[in-house]
Amino acid sequence: MTPLHLTTLSPETIHKIIDEALALIVDPGIRVHNPQALNLLAEAGAEVDFSAQIAHIPEALVRRALESVPKTFYLYNLDGQPVVQYGGDAVHFDPGSTAVTILDSLSGAQRPPVTADLVKLVRLVEMLPQYNAQSTALICRDVPEGMGDLYRLYLALNEMRKPIITGAFGKQTWWTMYEMLVVAAGSEAALAEKPLAVFDVCPTPPLLWSDLTCQNLIDCALKGVPAELISMPLAGATAPVTLAASVVQHTAENLSGLVISQSARAGAPVVWGGAPAAFDMRHGTTPMGDPATWLIDLAYVQVGKALGLPTHTYMGSSDAKTLDMQAGMESSNGALLAALAGVNMVSGAGMLDYLRCQSLEKLVIDAEIIRMARRVAAGIEIRDEPIALEIMRRSGHRADYLSQPHTHRWFRKELPMPSEVIDRSPLEAWEKAGRSTTVERAQARMQTLLAAYEPNALSTEQRAALHEITLRAARQNGLDQLPDRTLL
Amino acid sequence: MTHEILTQLTESLVAGEPEAAVDLTRQALQAGIEPLEIIQQGLIPGMNIVGEKFQSGEYYLPDLIIAADGMQQAMQILEPELVTRQQKIETAGTVVIGTVKGDIHEIGKSLVATMLSANGFTVHDMGVDVPTETFLAKVRETNANLVGLSALLTTTMTVQREVIQALQAAGLRSQVKVMVGGAPVTQSWADEVGADGFAEDAMSAVTLARRLVAQK
Repeated sequence: MTPLHLTTLSPETIHKIIDEALALIVDPGIRVHNPQALNLLAEAGAEVDFSAQIAHIPEALVRRALESVPKTFYLYNLDGQPVVQYGGDAVHFDPGSTAVTILDSLSGAQRPPVTADLVKLVRLVEMLPQYNAQSTALICRDVPEGMGDLYRLYLALNEMRKPIITGAFGKQTWWTMYEMLVVAAGSEAALAEKPLAVFDVCPTPPLLWSDLTCQNLIDCALKGVPAELISMPLAGATAPVTLAASVVQHTAENLSGLVISQSARAGAPVVWGGAPAAFDMRHGTTPMGDPATWLIDLAYVQVGKALGLPTHTYMGSSDAKTLDMQAGMESSNGALLAALAGVNMVSGAGMLDYLRCQSLEKLVIDAEIIRMARRVAAGIEIRDEPIALEIMRRSGHRADYLSQPHTHRWFRKELPMPSEVIDRSPLEAWEKAGRSTTVERAQARMQTLLAAYEPNALSTEQRAALHEITLRAARQNGLDQLPDRTLL
Repeated sequence: MTHEILTQLTESLVAGEPEAAVDLTRQALQAGIEPLEIIQQGLIPGMNIVGEKFQSGEYYLPDLIIAADGMQQAMQILEPELVTRQQKIETAGTVVIGTVKGDIHEIGKSLVATMLSANGFTVHDMGVDVPTETFLAKVRETNANLVGLSALLTTTMTVQREVIQALQAAGLRSQVKVMVGGAPVTQSWADEVGADGFAEDAMSAVTLARRLVAQK
């Protein structure tokens, strides 16, 4: 395989960006609003101003962290198979996470998500082979906010086989979520050996690691749970407007996160991720479908690769409010660029409206976009030696390739077909079949896939234990009973 | 009870292995299985499975064609045996098919011819750029009951109308059902030129041909 590979920055620019980031985390340093993290950094050799909660991190500490952090690790599915390779140029996709609304299938309007929506979404993602991982994609509004993070994981674990990208909204809830993952994996050791989940931890721009995210990052490191560093400079608002300078800020924030993690436990798995955005200078919004956003993404991914780290980004989502052409073009361009850049985990599929909204139909449509992007990224393979001489001399001047065994042998690999979401029929057939739109075909495919879903292999005891853990959290949040997750 | 060898023959067509289909057909004859049984319990079930897989979206055009190729090669072995036994298989219909005069596009027409042949029709493929008189002569000669006219160009699709009018003038129109096809051809065009049917792809053409023959 000779994959296409996209680069954005010259080696000299990468070097310069890293140098400036290293200088930034010394002066002015990184704000760290967590006492344990400040202590860890001080012990490791950083100069720490405890009253100002600022750490000045010397380059030597970063170099040590880069030595100890794994270059490659895997996520495992519930059957214990390694299905996601973090590291190198392997490309995977997962749905965008933590949407606060869902695009209602019937009305086409955004509304608050509930339990049944997330159950459906997780099942759908299981059935779409283009997704290598799940994500805790929706915040269900039929449970109290205080358990919003862990409830998502509870629902997902009951339905999923694929590994999951998740995150905690609190310091305590991280532990509840960890407990759930241990139940699903079988034991703490099994979970550490074969990670089932990655936790996103997001520094606050500019140059701040909040109490909550520091704690999540440290706890992940101590328990051997992979953490995805999601720096999100907003170019022109919370970060400098020039794209390269935003990449410097991203590098500084992620490098400091890396040092916090490795100071907690050397060798803890970390992903060089992010969700930067260009700032919209008219509406004050954060467009994910802007070329400037993609350029920052591509650049920081290249910096991560230069540092030898596994990579993640938020691409392939759209800022459209409905499933229109804007949704199609922004999602397609982002996904294609990410695939060409060899990003290990690309989050964002299914999402609309500045990562606020998830759509089941869009997840189905985006799966086709991902199929296209992967096909292009896979490039052209040489199947025969000689390439064409033998087959072309056999056929001479006859246009009979459709009936050649050579065609039968290779067409599935060379010309893989889309699902029925993509219409390839002649006009007459399309009209006869009801002049369907992309969204209608996606809805039909969604129904077919959901009908074919089969439950995962969690035991009755494991399900009961997960329920017990979640019910305990629910009661702490004033909810006596969990919503019925079998109601679909 | 079905012979194991016939099950394997069916599977060879489904797997797209024409050479295996030929071997297994020979083996079946050597094992003393009657040619008609080989066709009805080995080859036809294979073609039916391939057709179903195509309709369900699992199989594609090359799968259809390679199976049809296997079927045809096997039939070449079986036909002399049928003659020897003074047996014959009921033909689903006799088709004269070709791309009309002035048009040299072959793929769609050949695909339809292949699929009709693999589904039990006796097919006379006249090739491309076929003069109208040649269609007429072949219909007379073979006593065909179906005519398939292909045209890929908007400039040559009008020739489909000419052929139909010529069939009319020659007093052959009531003997045959006429199917038209090709990229620019639609149902409304088929109606306009007085054809009996239109199909948008090769599998639909088989369904259409069966329906038209049944009408007679």
